[in-house]
Amino acid sequence: MQLSTRHLLGIKDLSPNDISLILQTAEQFKEVLQRPVKKVPSLRDIVVVNLFFENSTRTRISFELAEKRLSADTVNFTASASSVSKGETLLDTVNNILSMKVDMVVMRHSASGAPHFLAQHIPAAIINAGDGINEHPTQGLLDALSIKQATGGLEGKKVAIIGDIMHSRVALSNIYLLNKMGAKVTVCGPPTLIPKYIREALNVEVSYDLKETLEWCDVANVLRIQLERQNQVLFSSLREYNLAYGISRKLLDSLHKKIVIMHPGPINRGVELDSDVADSKQSIILQQVENGVAVRMAVLYLLSNSNNN
Amino acid sequence: MKSILTESQLAITIKRLAHQILENNSELANTVLIGLQPRGIYLSDQLVDAIRKEFPGTQVHYGKLDITFYRDDIRKELHIANQTDIPFSIEGKRVVLIDDVLYTGRTIRAALDALLDFGRPEKVELCVLIDRRFSRQFPIQPDYVGKAIDSIVSQRVKVYWKKKDGREEVALLDY
Repeated sequence: MQLSTRHLLGIKDLSPNDISLILQTAEQFKEVLQRPVKKVPSLRDIVVVNLFFENSTRTRISFELAEKRLSADTVNFTASASSVSKGETLLDTVNNILSMKVDMVVMRHSASGAPHFLAQHIPAAIINAGDGINEHPTQGLLDALSIKQATGGLEGKKVAIIGDIMHSRVALSNIYLLNKMGAKVTVCGPPTLIPKYIREALNVEVSYDLKETLEWCDVANVLRIQLERQNQVLFSSLREYNLAYGISRKLLDSLHKKIVIMHPGPINRGVELDSDVADSKQSIILQQVENGVAVRMAVLYLLSNSNNN
Repeated sequence: MKSILTESQLAITIKRLAHQILENNSELANTVLIGLQPRGIYLSDQLVDAIRKEFPGTQVHYGKLDITFYRDDIRKELHIANQTDIPFSIEGKRVVLIDDVLYTGRTIRAALDALLDFGRPEKVELCVLIDRRFSRQFPIQPDYVGKAIDSIVSQRVKVYWKKKDGREEVALLDY
């Protein structure tokens, strides 16, 4: 029993069986996290380095907790406090760390494809913790687990992904995963934030009408506007964005059914989500965070034998 | 293939094991029964049923434990994890671990480690349907034994359960 891949670079490379295995294993780790001793010895012979070339709170803490709860040894690396600022290349940095006998690498990088490049050159198992605007596979997996728990399954479920689709690695990982598991996806947002040929390329529906999309879906996964990745004006103001695509209590109450609200964080309150939506019973945002640790434990556990096979 | 226990013998054995557990644990409120995933739970399900029949109305604490994450052969091969469900505290309780076949003792070693992460029991006992004696790799012995058998490494003991395999029997298979 093992995954069909040595690394977790993206959901794109996973088979439906891989996804099911990770989610099934994550559910068992969720139970571990309820125990008096929230820790198992599975990875006590493994050293993991967390390489974060880009800012992160949730993902970094979540990975670190997952590693510790598997009894792995962890080393943390933040680009701003390292020799990267002295001009060292990515490959040199990683090879230097690996020569200190590290077994697995968790990496976040602002360049799309950075973990794929690394996978071709180093022997350790690599887990992508977000690469530029490409993928954020563990977020896709934890979103899937959260949808499964909130609605009872993935097959046939209608999921709307709303907001800055263009710059979102969360959107791409979610789309790949939901398509593979038989869910239906609609992306919704301002035309300037939705890639032109996404319908044909990724087999999703596209809508520019928020209310219509919310009426259609079972689950709305709401994304943050990634101002740090936009170097041109794609919409006129945050206030205008909020008026057209922000989800308010009033809008939710006007729908004919109750939908589940998700958000990968960090939330910009009052832009894409109003506070009385984010903090309501319909929102499973904090359950997503809780599921994140279990999903990352599952991924680390299932890839921990990569070097032996 | 050699039959070790037929369906009717198996039923009698399970009934006897239930009685022996009751004999040693007259205070059922202080005892918890824990079946080991994946195949020990078919035995523990039946044992718990038998105990409940004997004392209708008494609460029997019954849980299921999966030991996958505690195995000592993780670097050789990964196994699929099953559900753990222990919805009560085991602190200060008498625990009876239940599994179908006791062979090298490695599963029970892992189970003891897993169990202790749930609290500090007063005592832990072991109940197995089949004891493949003289083949232990750890100093672990059962307290309740359905049947002890002599077997060699190349043989396998297979317990068939109605719920899972459609019939109930214990057999010794040669390879």
